[in-house]
Amino acid sequence: MSDGSGNRGGLLAVVLMAATIVFVVIGTMWPTKAALAYTGGQGFASFSSTPQAAVRNLGDEIRVEAWQKAYDGLANKAQFTEQEFEHDLKGYYPSLRTYATLDHFEVFPLHATDNDAEVRLKLYWSSVVGIMESTRDLHVVRSGDQWKAEWPLEKKPVVPPQVIPVNYLRWDVIYRGAGDDWGAQDVDAPHVRIVDMRPVQRAEGVVVLGELLNEDVVPAFVSVNATLIGKNQKAIASEGSFDKISHLLLPKQVTPFLINFPNASLADVSSVRMTPFSTLVPASADPVIEIDNEKLNPAPDASLTGQVIDQSGQVVNVAHVLGTFYDSTGHLVWVADEYLDHALLPQTPEPFNIHIPEDLARQISSERTIVSTYSSGGAA
Amino acid sequence: MRGGWAILLGSVAGIAAQPVMAQSGEMSVPATVAAGSAFSIETTGSGQGTLYIAGLGQVIRKDVELGKTAWFAAGSLYNAGRYVVILAANGNSETGTLDTGALDVVPQNNPADLSFLAKPSRLPIGLHDGITGAVYVFDAYKNLITAPTPVAFALSGPSGASQTRTVTTKDGAAWTAMDSTAKQGTDKFQARDGEIASTRVIGQVPGDPCGLTMIAKADGDKVSLATDPVRDCSGNAVPDGTIVTFTETYGNAQSTVDVPLKRDIASVEMPAHNGATISVASGVILGNQIRWGK
Repeated sequence: MSDGSGNRGGLLAVVLMAATIVFVVIGTMWPTKAALAYTGGQGFASFSSTPQAAVRNLGDEIRVEAWQKAYDGLANKAQFTEQEFEHDLKGYYPSLRTYATLDHFEVFPLHATDNDAEVRLKLYWSSVVGIMESTRDLHVVRSGDQWKAEWPLEKKPVVPPQVIPVNYLRWDVIYRGAGDDWGAQDVDAPHVRIVDMRPVQRAEGVVVLGELLNEDVVPAFVSVNATLIGKNQKAIASEGSFDKISHLLLPKQVTPFLINFPNASLADVSSVRMTPFSTLVPASADPVIEIDNEKLNPAPDASLTGQVIDQSGQVVNVAHVLGTFYDSTGHLVWVADEYLDHALLPQTPEPFNIHIPEDLARQISSERTIVSTYSSGGAA
Repeated sequence: MRGGWAILLGSVAGIAAQPVMAQSGEMSVPATVAAGSAFSIETTGSGQGTLYIAGLGQVIRKDVELGKTAWFAAGSLYNAGRYVVILAANGNSETGTLDTGALDVVPQNNPADLSFLAKPSRLPIGLHDGITGAVYVFDAYKNLITAPTPVAFALSGPSGASQTRTVTTKDGAAWTAMDSTAKQGTDKFQARDGEIASTRVIGQVPGDPCGLTMIAKADGDKVSLATDPVRDCSGNAVPDGTIVTFTETYGNAQSTVDVPLKRDIASVEMPAHNGATISVASGVILGNQIRWGK
């Protein structure tokens, strides 16, 4: 005896399967432009009827990493190879940019005539440390009924062949063995000290700023935790400095740190418990990084700008610039940072620009900048 | 593990709780036995019996002939502590506890091992009571020797001078504190009890730089900066790798370099700006200041 539900279920399955096949066929035969672009095929506005459209097409092709298509569409492609074009965008050496993808971009017309135009392309790269911006001003020329962009290739910096003597200074560590007696001696963790600390109320919450000194004679891997204690002497929240610190401190080196407590209010806090952590790690004293031409630029767009120069002979893949800002009495006002998305080549200046909050910029009268570096294939 | 011991001791207690049958026997148990020593238990009565010795860490079962002495070889009992001794009958048809007793296994008097905890492994020079050492004295079977025993501590510095203290252990432990000397180097910190000694290495490291001074020389469009050999206030060379920060301020701009000491000296080249002020620092210690040009 059958109630008919089995037949209805089978019919539904057949209908769903048929509908799926129909949609797959439609999607394959007539894909949306966005989907097509992500597959690397022809997509978006392939016809560049305006200078902005030409740059927008170029941006789309960069976003999907269709390097050949992007290169082929350039007006000045004879001046460089496709590989140089790709390296110009992704870096000649492994760096944060190498592993970043273009999240989105903006196009701003600057100037236009009947036959050429200037268009600004602002690229927003999605990297492991967040969004990174880069800007290129493109010259766009008319070619028949289309417009083509000229790519302003930044030539790979060439370091003159030379021998840079490096008197390598390295610390290696031998820890106690796993089978040693419980009373066996081990090497102590480095002695570190918080030399300055200040909680600040910001719109987004409480921020704990400070400076940490490695007062030992050995390198230290450091981090700082802070716990906000409420008026009832109970912990409100506990957070760490994460990457707002230079984790590797050589002897007598000082790093700033910044710890965010989102949505916390300083009015609720009676004290802050600070906990610095340090671990003895193998490390190298090289490379030495010079920070040149540091300038505090006033509001609007308050910033700390300058250049970092790798004085050693090795390539630095990731450089993290940390700025510590003080008022006229030497009190800590703010800590800010910027990752450089390009590798640092030996003896080659690389600019940095650290944003400073507008409301704090007026209080700042001096600063101190440090750079922490990471090189692939070795502790830096 | 504790549960296992509880079951075991429960079983032994269960044997003890069984009613005594017609067979009789007693035993004479020594009050104390030195760990690892041979010992004996005398029994009375006749027939066959079983001796159970149970404590934390060890259990022994031995068939005995009642009325004779049961011998236990050296090394039979070696974990210090209290042991329960039970003599049980094991005739063909009769079982039960004949006698119970207890013995204490005590550590040997001869130290065989020292656990020496010395802290820290590294410290600045000139610290009063900065070095601490604690010793736990053990016998050959790793039993803590709780009887008072003198432990001699000796800290010999790089200059050869040494500090010594003799401390008598209390409940198996002795501790002391020593001063770090004014000279950097490696100290040997030794604890000795009789023939047994244990040595630790303590690094005495220089203090903060003292009288940090740099000199500047023109080098084309650069200024070449180098510190004098960097030393602490006791004249010890500050270790290589210590960071020295050079800061050049000119107009409203600034240049900074963190340079590690190499062979006692930090040196760097910086852009030469007429009228620039150049300063040097290491950690929280400030050095001299130079006005360049003008």
